[in-house]
Amino acid sequence: MKPEAGLRFKTYLLLFLMVVFGPLGDVLLSKGMKRIGTLTSWGPLDLLRFFENTFTSVVVWFGIGSLLSFFIAYILVLSWADYSYVQPASSAAYGVVALLGYLILRETVTPMRWAGILIICLGVFIVGHTLPRTTEP
Amino acid sequence: MFRETIFYLLIVVAGTSGELCVTRAMKTIGEVTDFRPMALIRVVFRAMKVGWMWLGLGQMALAFFALLGMLSLENVSLVIPVTALSYAFGALGGRFFLGERVTRQRWAGVLLVCIGVTLVFLGKG
Repeated sequence: MKPEAGLRFKTYLLLFLMVVFGPLGDVLLSKGMKRIGTLTSWGPLDLLRFFENTFTSVVVWFGIGSLLSFFIAYILVLSWADYSYVQPASSAAYGVVALLGYLILRETVTPMRWAGILIICLGVFIVGHTLPRTTEP
Repeated sequence: MFRETIFYLLIVVAGTSGELCVTRAMKTIGEVTDFRPMALIRVVFRAMKVGWMWLGLGQMALAFFALLGMLSLENVSLVIPVTALSYAFGALGGRFFLGERVTRQRWAGVLLVCIGVTLVFLGKG
């Protein structure tokens, strides 16, 4: 495999992991936080109860585990690829978030929001065709 | 509305700035070429010895708690896309803080992402 092809392959692979684990973690966190409910008062006891409910929720912990996997893939890819490449390229995750929100959480996704997601994906496609690394290793 | 604005600002500014610091830390470590589990654990430990990593993680933690607060108020398919406003901030940071070459093509992609994010925001059901 040519060096540039190898670089692209491992960059795409880790971006794929980020796109899977990031949205999954966000959706799980959302599900967990919705169960806990809105923080209505900022008093010390209410805050303490809010944090206790948050960190004793299994769904929240699965969300955190998923986001941790995302983070490891993220720091690994940043060891060679540009931040200005990885950040927009990983935004394909927004489509996945909307899809998961629609399928799992039964949230409404309007046509305009789907159009926005399509444009985001087009932006990702364009960024994905630039060189992943423009600085010296 | 004030609470939501503060949360969004923390998510975008602290989040992106934290990621830029984490990137700088990982560039200090150098390119990871060994993907065996033990080698990856060693990379994570080495990264944790770099100051930029902790500065970045601190800011990302702040953004994370703001995200948690925001997720308890709004739908995930609205909250997460709005955080993508950090793309313009991120491209500037990549150019000036990390010395990356942000080509016109890359800027065009970033611009499209920002437009897409705006549409997602306006398309709130």
